Amino acid sequence: MFETLKLIEFTPFLLSFKLAGITTAILFTIGVFLAWGLSQSTSKFKPILESITALPIVLPPSVIGFYVLFTLSHNSPLGAFVYEYFGIKMVFNFTGLVIASCFYSLPFMVQPLQSGFEALPKNMLEASYIAGKSKLVTLFKVALPNIKPSLMTAIVITFAHTVGEFGVVLMVGGSIPGQTKTAAVSIYEMVEIMNYNAAHIYSGIMVLISFLVLLLVYIFNRKQKHRLGGVS
Amino acid sequence: MIEIAIEKELLGSMGKMDLSINLSIESQSFVALSGQSGSGKTTLLRILAGLEKAKGKIVIDDEVWLDAKNALPPQQRGIGFVFQDYALFPNMSVLDNLLFVRNDKKLAMSLLEMTEMSELHARVPLSLSGGQKQRVSLCRAMMNRPKLLLMDEPLSALDPSMRTKLQHEILTLHKEFKTTTLMVSHDPSEIYRLSNRVIVLSQGKVIQDGDAKSVLLRTQGSQKFSFEGELLDIVKVDVIYIAIVSIGQQIVEVVLDESEAKDLYVGSIVSVSTKAFAPIIQSLKR
Repeated sequence: MFETLKLIEFTPFLLSFKLAGITTAILFTIGVFLAWGLSQSTSKFKPILESITALPIVLPPSVIGFYVLFTLSHNSPLGAFVYEYFGIKMVFNFTGLVIASCFYSLPFMVQPLQSGFEALPKNMLEASYIAGKSKLVTLFKVALPNIKPSLMTAIVITFAHTVGEFGVVLMVGGSIPGQTKTAAVSIYEMVEIMNYNAAHIYSGIMVLISFLVLLLVYIFNRKQKHRLGGVS
Repeated sequence: MIEIAIEKELLGSMGKMDLSINLSIESQSFVALSGQSGSGKTTLLRILAGLEKAKGKIVIDDEVWLDAKNALPPQQRGIGFVFQDYALFPNMSVLDNLLFVRNDKKLAMSLLEMTEMSELHARVPLSLSGGQKQRVSLCRAMMNRPKLLLMDEPLSALDPSMRTKLQHEILTLHKEFKTTTLMVSHDPSEIYRLSNRVIVLSQGKVIQDGDAKSVLLRTQGSQKFSFEGELLDIVKVDVIYIAIVSIGQQIVEVVLDESEAKDLYVGSIVSVSTKAFAPIIQSLKR
């Protein structure tokens, strides 16, 4: 058992967590503003924007992967432009994975944040406006500090979901060891070559980590609820 | 001086309704807004605060808040607003709720002092009672030293004794800060005690406008009655005294002589009855 463990390559895990960390950080920055904008909007175009944001939940990962490849490969105008002027290749490398993951995991960041913002009492935000504070100050000083459980949920679920992504990563990244071969992709390959031992160990680690992460979220949210007693 | 001339189409409980208000309000007056729910009181306050759009004009001491071209956002109106449900910031302590409006610790502490809340300045809103929360909300509204203070049924969620206490504090702050105050209220004793003008709205229009006594007083018929109520005031008129008593949702006057007036004090619960008429019993058709 220990000998098998010693043989285990941990790079795919590190890669998965690096990808998830960077994706979560980028999506958090974008998601906070997008979710805030959506929650405060009364525009008739809101449902359209909401549908677009939610699309990755419904679409097969292969569809997202296909479009990302199609748009970003160096055969496309955008891919060619970026490669020519910045020297950056956007597919079949880590950069491509990050871009694709940002699309894939977007709803998991935006939706919890948006419902958190929407559950805030309207009066509380209005009290901040009346106090002379702009929408931006209200977002950071009043809205965000009062949706901590939603914040936690959004960050952790986005992270966990990115760790668990498979189809998009395989399509956009290929399976380049040390670059785009994440834990999920490794397991797929191990099963293909019938190395069930390694597949068991990798899968077991994934189950354990995922369970611990979710457990932490639920414990945190329970404590927050006790502390704030809900926002009233 | 506040000049209000606004129009807005509302969707009320009885279908579409036009809110159409023309008012001018003296500076430093205390105006009570009354009327059935859905009559447009809250909307009027929200339009004044800039939280809702409307057509027309709002001018405050030569400062234009709303006209055909512009609507000043709520951030720039410098008003105070007290919500029925307090709307405090749960993530901030009592003191920080006040300092959020303006970073003036001296003013904040003196406001908390005036409302007997200074001991609780480090507490978070969740740990306060309803009355305490509303005091914080009131203090927070005064942090801007507002020209205009708007209150939407600020005391309706509180018990009667807490109401009386807070009414007193509202009046003190209103005078101290020389604000013009508009308060939505349904409670006649509250209106009588606080306001010097009462405006009653119905279906988006002003239907009554006058001082508390003339708007709220209702003469009784010749029924024999015995009611319990709260003694609001005793006014001396020539040689007699008139007691103003709040009974249920109404206010009545009772003539007293000097000896009766001496034994009564304002704020006490009294019973008002008459023995001069024989009771009449009639069967009610069912």
